[in-house]
Amino acid sequence: MGAAGDILELSARGLAAAIRGGELSASEVARAYLEQIDALEPSLHAYRRVTPELALAQAAAVDDARRAGQALGPLAGVPVALKDIFVTEGVETTSGSAILAGWIPPYQGAHARRLAEAGAVLLGKLTMDEFGMGSANENTPFEPVHNPWALSHVAGGSSGGSAAAVAARSCALALGSDTGGSIRQPASLCNLVGLKPTYGRVSRHGMIAFASSLDQAGPMAREVGDAALALGVLAGADPLDATSLDAPVPDYLAAVDQGARGGLDGAKIGVHRGALELEGLDADVRARFEASLTRLEDAGARVVDIELPHFEHAVATYYVLATAEASSNLARYDGVRYGHRSAADSLRQTYEATRHDGFGPEVKRRILLGTFVLRAESYADYYGRAMKVRTLIARDYARAFERCDLIASPTAPIPSWPLGAKIDDPLALYLLDMFTIGANLAGLPAISIPAGFTSAAPRLPIGVQLIGPRLAEPALLGAAAAHEARCDWHREQPQLLEARA
Amino acid sequence: MPIPDYEVVIGLEVHCQLATATKMFSACACSIGGEPNTRIDAYTLGLPGTLPVPNRVAVDHALRLALVLGCEVQPLSRWARKHYFYPDLPKGYQITQSDQPYATGGAIEIPDHAAADDPLATKRIPLQRIHMEEDAGKSTHTGEHSLVDYNRAGAPLVEIVSLPALRSAAEAADYMRELRTIVRYLGISEANMEEGTLRCDANVSLRAWGAAELGTRCEIKNLNSFKFLEAAIQAEVRRQADLLDRGEPVVQSTMSYDPGRDQTKVMRTKEAAADYRYFPEPDMPPLRIDAAWIAAAQAELPRLPWPRRRELVALGLTAYDAGVLTAERELADYFDAALDDPSRAKALCNWITGELLKLLNASERGVADCPVTPAALAELVGLVEDGTLSGRVAKVVLDEVFRDPSLSPRAIVERDGLRQVSDADAITAMVREVVEQHPEQLAQLLAGKDKVRGFFVGQVMRASQGRANPQLVQRALATVLDELRAARGEVED
Repeated sequence: MGAAGDILELSARGLAAAIRGGELSASEVARAYLEQIDALEPSLHAYRRVTPELALAQAAAVDDARRAGQALGPLAGVPVALKDIFVTEGVETTSGSAILAGWIPPYQGAHARRLAEAGAVLLGKLTMDEFGMGSANENTPFEPVHNPWALSHVAGGSSGGSAAAVAARSCALALGSDTGGSIRQPASLCNLVGLKPTYGRVSRHGMIAFASSLDQAGPMAREVGDAALALGVLAGADPLDATSLDAPVPDYLAAVDQGARGGLDGAKIGVHRGALELEGLDADVRARFEASLTRLEDAGARVVDIELPHFEHAVATYYVLATAEASSNLARYDGVRYGHRSAADSLRQTYEATRHDGFGPEVKRRILLGTFVLRAESYADYYGRAMKVRTLIARDYARAFERCDLIASPTAPIPSWPLGAKIDDPLALYLLDMFTIGANLAGLPAISIPAGFTSAAPRLPIGVQLIGPRLAEPALLGAAAAHEARCDWHREQPQLLEARA
Repeated sequence: MPIPDYEVVIGLEVHCQLATATKMFSACACSIGGEPNTRIDAYTLGLPGTLPVPNRVAVDHALRLALVLGCEVQPLSRWARKHYFYPDLPKGYQITQSDQPYATGGAIEIPDHAAADDPLATKRIPLQRIHMEEDAGKSTHTGEHSLVDYNRAGAPLVEIVSLPALRSAAEAADYMRELRTIVRYLGISEANMEEGTLRCDANVSLRAWGAAELGTRCEIKNLNSFKFLEAAIQAEVRRQADLLDRGEPVVQSTMSYDPGRDQTKVMRTKEAAADYRYFPEPDMPPLRIDAAWIAAAQAELPRLPWPRRRELVALGLTAYDAGVLTAERELADYFDAALDDPSRAKALCNWITGELLKLLNASERGVADCPVTPAALAELVGLVEDGTLSGRVAKVVLDEVFRDPSLSPRAIVERDGLRQVSDADAITAMVREVVEQHPEQLAQLLAGKDKVRGFFVGQVMRASQGRANPQLVQRALATVLDELRAARGEVED
């Protein structure tokens, strides 16, 4: 082994095994990925910043450790990249915003630390919608990312850079963050596995906040096993995050292997049929969803109907709560202590100019919305009411899980669309979150898995989502693995790679 | 009363900084002062990605305060964000508690000066609530620049909010003093107004006597000494009374006090008040204080000043002495530890509030650092009370123990032979000797110049190196004089 193409073909799990077994060195793996990044970045723009020196140093350390006979971590030598929302000590972290351009964190976030401790090699930081606000990676002061499956199309968002990089084999594994679907939707648009864990399963310390009660970090991977491997490294209580869960971390890989081998053995998959009748669901998406249900049935699952009575209110509820929290979380970007400052004559003018120049239009829109809903006179009508609906939505899921083990739906109502096509219609974009938002509001784990492609050109990936009860990641991963074992979508590569090969 | 036409109504909002090693929501070192921006960490600066984690010690301190004040401790309370933009507020919001504070109700007892016959009478000032929050940093404005020090940012605070039950500036000051004493008894705060670990805002309103409705209130901000607290309230009462006298309305406002002019002035009116956009803090789950935690805190609560004052008065001390002894918990504890015999309470009190505090003050030491152990002082007082030691010699012995605590009073007495001479015959012999040596003064005394009596007592004390029992000396002198008068009478007769 050793040819770059072969290296890039291996899953993260396969790479870790090959490096541990001495068939590949971490350094040659890192070099192969760095070359791939160099070759593809001009057309992809998935990376905000590549860290070749750091990557090669970490890879060399893995190789040294192996030679010295030391135990290697579960991700030893696996090249990973982080959405730029994750704080990396000493490496510029912007959360996709001009207001943080040039900010070099003086501390290490939980995610970068846990990955490094597991032996992962950091290739760099990935582009994203500013502060995680967007569905297409077009809300950015930097270059928008392109979908490797159709370069004229969006890769989804807000973890679009993560999705594009993993899909294009520019990293073996990436981390994304998901506030309303920001891991699952781009995974769906890029033929990937994207897992949003249970709220609190993965620390939020060092993940720049968008909406604290909804944000959750998770892996984006080519295969279910890779997502499980990464989750095992990331999950667990963190004393620096009071909302992190102190539940034991199960063996996620075992759940994957069991699902892939043994099937689903009577597991009940709930489907809220009413949601499929809503306006705007693409015919291909619906067809692929039905095909996936059949595949799950082939694996031994039973599909049952469930009701989510408040499903249609999820988007409105989300945009009240998420913008309220965002308006608060983004108050700290005032130009006083770090990040961008627009010099002005008075304190007030400095605040105004800094925030005017530093934030993009979508971020400003959400800050305004959030500030409005938190005003004393509108609080009860908006924030207070949205909190009540949130409780109802969580109750809907709890009741549904009395009748089924997992809930299935499309991940996004439509496949990818051309860059620029929807940028002037934020409301239409907000509605694209309708299938993913519920899991965030209810704090539930959810996964998007490859489910095929559109029937007409351009051939665009389509994803299917599974939602589980709290901490049911093993069941989710098992079902995803059973589905994966019965199709080959995850082995397909985007065109630009085939052209290059 | 200077303003007899109106009843004064005052409520206080007191901020008290909790004495903890680290800040309210991060493991950042927390202490008063220090070079600017040396007690900071990523959370304190509000760096992106940092999260608040409640400091259990701070919550425990706050819990103890709520328990001693008789508050209802809420099993579940919530953190909230209060938003405003200012450079010394790193996150653009302060984490506090809003509609669900951890403690409600409770009261603080202040002296009731109206009850003239009972110096221990108290008045209960009921509390509305206590909540926890983090402090902001400190801004300093120079001519051209503003400087921000974040050392204080994130420091743990409790805010104690009273109901409008105080009726004068003096009562407000009493309330602050009692609160300060209580938090110091608990050991949860330095509670020093000058250093800013105890701060006060006062809500002041006036109303006609007998009126049921409260008048419009104004809030005076940042009252940072007892002196200014009283003066500012008095100034605000004058201002509002002037308005009402002229038939003008009081407009609800936030005031500041100018000590130079001894006046309050309007900072902003209610219309200009900020909308803080409170909402539940999503970065932390609700705060839960369970019964076991409450029980553990309850078990370690100290006895409070008022009950102790009453106990001391029951022992025969004056209310004044009881007040002095209970002003600091260490002093009250010292008294308790030294009191081995209740009949000696008064004597012990005199020794503590007199000689011992004098020695401590002279050496600039607190009670906690007193070299004389309570047991040693008890021994000394015992030696005086049983007549072994004269008061004068006892002071010398105390000095010595203060300098060298390894010595016990009894050991010093034995070593230096300081035992008081209470042998009546020996003292009478000394008196006779002194009388014979000073015929001139004797003549004066016998001639009726009674002041000279003191001279003879002094001479005997000197001759005995202070060891003679002064009462026995007096008695012996009287006897000797009687004898002399009798002898002379015989001659004259």
